[in-house]
Amino acid sequence: MGQQMTSGTMSLRGVAKYYRNPNGERMAALSPLDLDIAASEFVCLVGPSGCGKTTLINLLAGFDQPSCGSITIDGKPVTKPDSERIMIFQDYGLYPWKSALGNVMFALEAKGVAKSEAKATALHHLEIVGLKDSAERYPHQLSGGMKQRVAIARALAASPQVLFMDEPFAALDAFTRLRLQDELLRIWQEQQPTVVFVTHDLDEAIYLGSKVILMAPYPGRLRKIVDIQLPRPCDRTDSVFAAYRRELFREFQLVHEEAMDYAI
Amino acid sequence: MNIGFQKIFSHLVPTVGLLGFISLWQFAAGFYPPVQLPGPLDVLRALRELMTDGVLFSHISISLYRFFSAYLLAVSIAIPLGLFLGSYITARRAMDPLLQVLRPISPIAWFPLAVLWFGIGNAPAIFIIFLSAFFPMLLATIDAVRQIPAIYLKVAANFGAGKMMVFLRVVIPAAFPGIMVGLHIAVGTAWIHLVAGEMLGAQSGLGYLIVDARNFLRTDWILAGMLVVGLLGLAIYRAMRQLEDLLKRRWGGV
Ligand SMILES: Nc1ncnc2c1ncn2[C@@H]1O[C@H](COP(=O)(O)OP(=O)(O)O)[C@@H](O)[C@H]1O
Ligand SMILES: [Mg+2]
Repeated sequence: MGQQMTSGTMSLRGVAKYYRNPNGERMAALSPLDLDIAASEFVCLVGPSGCGKTTLINLLAGFDQPSCGSITIDGKPVTKPDSERIMIFQDYGLYPWKSALGNVMFALEAKGVAKSEAKATALHHLEIVGLKDSAERYPHQLSGGMKQRVAIARALAASPQVLFMDEPFAALDAFTRLRLQDELLRIWQEQQPTVVFVTHDLDEAIYLGSKVILMAPYPGRLRKIVDIQLPRPCDRTDSVFAAYRRELFREFQLVHEEAMDYAI
Repeated sequence: MNIGFQKIFSHLVPTVGLLGFISLWQFAAGFYPPVQLPGPLDVLRALRELMTDGVLFSHISISLYRFFSAYLLAVSIAIPLGLFLGSYITARRAMDPLLQVLRPISPIAWFPLAVLWFGIGNAPAIFIIFLSAFFPMLLATIDAVRQIPAIYLKVAANFGAGKMMVFLRVVIPAAFPGIMVGLHIAVGTAWIHLVAGEMLGAQSGLGYLIVDARNFLRTDWILAGMLVVGLLGLAIYRAMRQLEDLLKRRWGGV
């Protein structure tokens, strides 16, 4: 993936995001937080809906600006999206008028890569996600899992230092989800991008993340950060896995209960 | 019901409906002189009469010429303008009051001005048809651009696509299905106004044929002209739909 040693290091200082609710009151989607993410780290953001996961990842990706505080990546402030940092969405964001190949080529042509070279590179990335044979198919001819693979191939084709993923597997069936988790881990190990991965599934977070950040809503905030020391890929039935699961689950339940209380 | 029977039945119903209407027409025509209401057979005879000396075909070809030139003119102005107004909110806001006022004015109301400006001949009719196609196309194109899912543009921005690339490779294809809808609607409105435009001032074409037949009290020719207008309109509409289906299939889920 050709990145330098320290690339994809993120630093957040006093970052918050406020919205006005319909009554004109200021609501904190994200209350001020500090956070550091090291290069090539795999960070999972997990928490109940409304806790600010999407808000946070959109700020990191430069799609939105914080109300206060600063976000820097490799020392440079984040002001707009960048092809060094690619977002992968739950609903794929593929162009329906382009084939799988055309969608992946888009990433390269946007960088000014010549068509023939873009095609070869795109095919290579489709091969990485196991879709070389479906290169000519259009998104509506692909299953959800295949669509997300195309989106991953498209992201990889841009050789990003950072991958942002907002609940990328949430719409997929359980079996496909497990397979894509393994594929993502393999890609992460081979290419070592920094990954920020949003999920509301605790098991998914522990299975993937080298660091799991538990968030809580009302207002959105960081609740607990746990470093996961497990070999990758790990055994989901392993006792260490179960220990992490217990530790996070207790906290997760508390967060959920508080969220429920708040909702009632 | 089995499939075969259902299929026959589904063809049978419209045929019976049509035959029923024609018989009713024939029956009703028995009560009136042909000048007031000619029967279906009279109309067929009139059609053959009009066809023999090539009169009908010259009317048809001039009408088609006006229709297609006006339609293509509308396409070539409405779509670029719609893409522009759809993309730039300030431009859209600036144009909005004008569009809101112009839109409810029937293209026919422009006729006196059209004659003053363009004289007689093809131009006023083409102008009327142009107007009738222009607004549906423009509004559909503006809507199509505005309804492009934000995620398409987000993705393009994320990969660092330039302005030109976003416009040509994302905005236009993403808006395309919506623009097709406008093109489709415009075929209908343009065809309707073709006849109206030709009835008002032209010296040729299907609309003129109908008005002229009235001057000679050739009611059978009037109905023959109307029949041709209906059938041709249907044919053009069908052709457009085929084109639309073809493109939709290519576009998949959208
Ligand atoms: N554009 C917005 N306008 C107003 N409120 C918003 C907006 N985006 C998010 N919020 C609010 O911010 C909070 C966090 O939302 P979000 O980041 O989408 O949470 P999550 O992704 O964890 O489900 C929610 O309460 C949501 O209603
Ligand atoms: Mg979310």
